[in-house]
Amino acid sequence: MSQVFTPNSELQHLAGQPIAEIATTLTINGVERQLVIEPWTTLLDLLRDKLDLIGTKKGCDHGQCGACTVLIDGTRVNACLKLAVTLDGCEITTIEGLGQDGNLHPLQAAFIEHDAFQCGYCTPGQICSAQGLINEGRARTRLEVREQMSGNICRCGAYTNIADAVLEVLESMERA
Amino acid sequence: MRNFDYQKPAQESEAIRSGQTTGARFIAGGTLLVDLLRLDVEQPELLVDLSALPWRQIEVAADGVRIGALVSNSDLAEHPAILAGFPALSQALLSGASPQLRNMATVGGNLLQRTRCAYFRDVAVSACNKRKAGSGCAALAGYSRMHAVLGVSDQCIALHPSDMCVALLAMDAVVHTRGPDGERSIFLADFHTLPGAHPEIESALKHGELVTHVSLPKTSFSARSAYVKARDRASYAFALASSAAAIDLDGQIIRQARVALGGVGTKPWRCMEVEQALVGRPATREVFQAAAALAMSDARTTEHNGFKVQLARRVIVRALERVGGVL
Repeated sequence: MSQVFTPNSELQHLAGQPIAEIATTLTINGVERQLVIEPWTTLLDLLRDKLDLIGTKKGCDHGQCGACTVLIDGTRVNACLKLAVTLDGCEITTIEGLGQDGNLHPLQAAFIEHDAFQCGYCTPGQICSAQGLINEGRARTRLEVREQMSGNICRCGAYTNIADAVLEVLESMERA
Repeated sequence: MRNFDYQKPAQESEAIRSGQTTGARFIAGGTLLVDLLRLDVEQPELLVDLSALPWRQIEVAADGVRIGALVSNSDLAEHPAILAGFPALSQALLSGASPQLRNMATVGGNLLQRTRCAYFRDVAVSACNKRKAGSGCAALAGYSRMHAVLGVSDQCIALHPSDMCVALLAMDAVVHTRGPDGERSIFLADFHTLPGAHPEIESALKHGELVTHVSLPKTSFSARSAYVKARDRASYAFALASSAAAIDLDGQIIRQARVALGGVGTKPWRCMEVEQALVGRPATREVFQAAAALAMSDARTTEHNGFKVQLARRVIVRALERVGGVL
């Protein structure tokens, strides 16, 4: 018979544990925040549940879908696999930091222009990932864009249009 | 996620001291450990964060390259000395995971990557000798398409999932560690252990011992190397079978060869029988095919993974064709 979890055994375990909290300073979308964080809190849960930055989405919560992609010091990562206490002193950029109402980031504008989403759930992660791809500077061709965006799953299947949108921004940057 | 304590030591000695604590686990990139914490497979009482330690350097010297344990998979894959001198390593790294995960994942963590066996990762499955010694193995009678066929035992058939380690194995890499008993240098070939009667033991590393760096010797074959990976989709998938191959040519004649396999073994798998069949022969497709046919002779397949025998031989041929200039 397979093992069954009961709420009771879970609570008994938690009762014996010290609740440690760690002072952590994070700069999130340009705003420095002094936080007190439990060590087991992921960056994704911190953003969504404690700081009300719900643009970053929780998809699989196992690093497999890319919906939670954010930028840490300009580098794209899966926020679901980062414990927030490990990021003391880091600068974090979420979709809320890339663009605002009335002042869209070029990637946001290109996603709208190219119809690069249907349900939109993966879109914040796609756009943060695309910004990471641009920062890395190693994608030029459509094939390279597709390969380097492979960490972001879109179950609506808007991949062709996502590649179009990212390529347009890459090409406009090259022209500029 | 269960509760645990957290420390971020600034000094190596402090990290080693904290790591001795019962229930302590080291964390670097966290790509695997945080996932296993959430699955309740890992239940540490203390996480010792290594990210403040100065191990992010790639040092190039006349006799080889020294790679700090905290170098990210992305930084290693794109380093000019790796691209030029050890291309199979760069290709293996870039074939693994996604850009986000490669940005987070470290060399030390990748060496200690745990299996993707679905029964190991699911704590609702009671039988897993790797997770709980002596509890049995649900994979043996389960769905085993992604499981190992080389190095298996009647206690465990969990696959070693790393791409990086396969390339490192083909390049005679050495793992350097530091622990309470001092420093050790371990050939990568001796670093991972076979499951045998103790699948819960996966490497030569002792509790509280840290990987500090990996060294790659300068060889006559590493610069002429390639990594070929067969998988279920074009990107972002674990290997069904993969091969790192490296050769040193004297004209058309193979002077030295290295061939390693991934996606088929309980640890990264070196194919010395293939290497021996290549040395002294011309670099032709026929020679590659005859040599590759010698691989996998010890394979122990299940009803779901018999295809790996032929697939592994074919990825060896493909990798050799890439380095042999046949394609």
